[in-house]
Amino acid sequence: MSGPATRPGAAEGGTGPRRPTRARHGSRGRRLRTRVRSWGPSLLLVSPSILLIGIFVYGMIGWNTRLALSDQHRPTDEGSFVGLDNFVALWQEARWPAAVNNAIVFTVVFVGGALLLGWLLGLLLDKGIRGEPVFRTLFLAPMAVSFIATGVVWRWLMNPAPAERATGLNALFVHVNLDFLVNTWWTAPDLGMAAMALPAIWQLSGYVMALFLAGFRGVPAELREAARVDGCSEWGVYWHVVMPRLRPVTLSAVIIIGHMSLKVFDLIIAIAGQQIVADVPAVYMWSTVFEVRDPAKGATIASYLLVAVAVFVIPYLVWTMREERSEGR
Amino acid sequence: MRSRWWSVAAGALGLALAVSACGGGGQDGGEDQVEVFSWWTGGGEEAGLNALIERFENENPDVEFVNAAVAGGSGTNAQAVLEGRLQSQDPPDSFQGHAGAELQDYIEAGYLQPLDDFFDEQGLHEALPDELVEQISYEGSVYSVPVNIHRSNVLWYSPSVLEEAGVDGPPETLDELIEAMEAVEAETDAIPMAVGAQWTVDHLLESVLLGSLGTEAYNALWEPGADWDTPEMAEALETFEEVMAHTQEESAAEDWQEAARRVSDGEAAFNIMGDWAAGYFDELGAIPDEDYAWAASPGTEGTYMWLSDSFTLPVGAPHEEHALTWLELVASQEGQDTFNPLKGSIPAREDAEPAHYADNPYLESALAEWQSDPQLAGSFWHGVTVGNRWKNDIDTAVGLYLQNEDLEALNEALHQAAQTE
Repeated sequence: MSGPATRPGAAEGGTGPRRPTRARHGSRGRRLRTRVRSWGPSLLLVSPSILLIGIFVYGMIGWNTRLALSDQHRPTDEGSFVGLDNFVALWQEARWPAAVNNAIVFTVVFVGGALLLGWLLGLLLDKGIRGEPVFRTLFLAPMAVSFIATGVVWRWLMNPAPAERATGLNALFVHVNLDFLVNTWWTAPDLGMAAMALPAIWQLSGYVMALFLAGFRGVPAELREAARVDGCSEWGVYWHVVMPRLRPVTLSAVIIIGHMSLKVFDLIIAIAGQQIVADVPAVYMWSTVFEVRDPAKGATIASYLLVAVAVFVIPYLVWTMREERSEGR
Repeated sequence: MRSRWWSVAAGALGLALAVSACGGGGQDGGEDQVEVFSWWTGGGEEAGLNALIERFENENPDVEFVNAAVAGGSGTNAQAVLEGRLQSQDPPDSFQGHAGAELQDYIEAGYLQPLDDFFDEQGLHEALPDELVEQISYEGSVYSVPVNIHRSNVLWYSPSVLEEAGVDGPPETLDELIEAMEAVEAETDAIPMAVGAQWTVDHLLESVLLGSLGTEAYNALWEPGADWDTPEMAEALETFEEVMAHTQEESAAEDWQEAARRVSDGEAAFNIMGDWAAGYFDELGAIPDEDYAWAASPGTEGTYMWLSDSFTLPVGAPHEEHALTWLELVASQEGQDTFNPLKGSIPAREDAEPAHYADNPYLESALAEWQSDPQLAGSFWHGVTVGNRWKNDIDTAVGLYLQNEDLEALNEALHQAAQTE
């Protein structure tokens, strides 16, 4: 971006060529005008969204950060700068570490489960199952359902009632004489969030499957053939030839699922409502802002969420940029 | 030439954005309207509100009534919408809120006008119980007009389960309750005490505290800085723990309706829930005194633990004169007797006409009790005695207790919550 060239460019895009410029600067002016013509209009076209994103995304992040560093604990307070006090204070209460713990359990099970199941489904389809398009659509379909609707259904499926009053999946277990499988699902105090991840896995493993399937298909048939000719078993082909080439796909899947998992809100609300047993940072933030009306604390939780999501997203952005550059795009 | 087309397109886009950005604000309506904000969008609540609106429109044919109701259980969505409107200084002419400390945040933020003059003009100090007016006052002024009264400390029980367990009638003290629950556990397959999700446990806690500590000590808990670290409180919480030991395992996955329904279906012996459960039992077609019956929750006979819906007058209400006409209707005997039989609550005024409530056995008994000058205690969970912050602290403490069952930590957290206020 050469400074002086952009500014008149924006104006000239609207008013057309200014003759005196050309007369005075000759060929340099012409070059400038060509450049302005080539990207001036597109700059104009994207400038509203740059402006809006600048204000409503980055401006708001800045405002949120300022709030998180202040002691404005009531909407009517003035609020003065207190540094990282709010960030430290959160760890000293009982609710926040519990919510973070829940989010971690949920994320580990959700990401691991969706990856494993998605990979398995992709593998099955890649092996050339009959009616592949039908299965592909079937597996992908849950993604079209909103988390709220998924939550309503799974809230019933995962009813924690004991065997004598069982409904949902527990009733199914009782019916097929697998009583030992009857469990309390998400209401279990410590690892209940692992059960909470089941509907999320159900919903997104189809999407992961689609990613992996594309990855499998991206491996040239010649490579597999060559391995087979060299006497590699069918498993060996997958293990030594196909899998190493799936690393980029796996990385994008982890990033997409991981950041969704950290900011999960609607699924939790639909299944558990606002209860400590299923508390996660996003739910805690919501109740802090809209019920307790504590702007500074709410903004602090929001900042932690942003940082947690950034941990996933920023490496991804760096990685894609590097990819694109190496491909010469 | 191409660049000119591009610039025209860009200009048009910019214009469209500018216009759409302005479009939101321009719905100011005429002079002669009144906008009333509530979360009454379904069932008896909506029916009651509509009856009031009809009455208002008949009496004030020149004024257009704008019903700005926002759906969402017990007002959580509505409160988020309202907060946005109040902060952007676009208040409705009147909005619904639970009477008492729940309005404190609004009052402190300067969103509400005091209604002392209105109370004097309308003779509300005479019409409403003194204790009620005292409990809804903030620094000596009242800021809202209560339209109804609900009772929080009601024990719903299944006569058939009690009979099967050999328990004669509803327990009157907490000790009797525990004995009765043990009998139900031993003699029947029913759940002794049905509860639902976390908030219904908060609801249960307030009735247990009232029953164990007594009305006076309960009311004293809500003074900022009150001492919760007492032997009496420890004993009350031990009782609470014993009651919780007799609840069903799957409670966290149920809301209050499912828990209440277990009583009318004969699957549970007891449930402690507010008197809106009576309206729910009616909807289910359950028969009073046969499928379900009620009593004051153990140890609270003679005390009415109340909560109340009320209407306010925001600062800067665009049509203040009409808003006052609305409040006048809401405060009047006719208005309250129109609204309450439909909503399934009793009027806050003491001079209600019992005939309007005679078809409903529960409301009839509740009104008789309200008019016989009971002691009053405010429900903390329903926003009478504590503001949102304190209430949320208690809710968190109870939620953590449900996880780790550490009673001492619960007591400590409750004490802390009272100190920080």
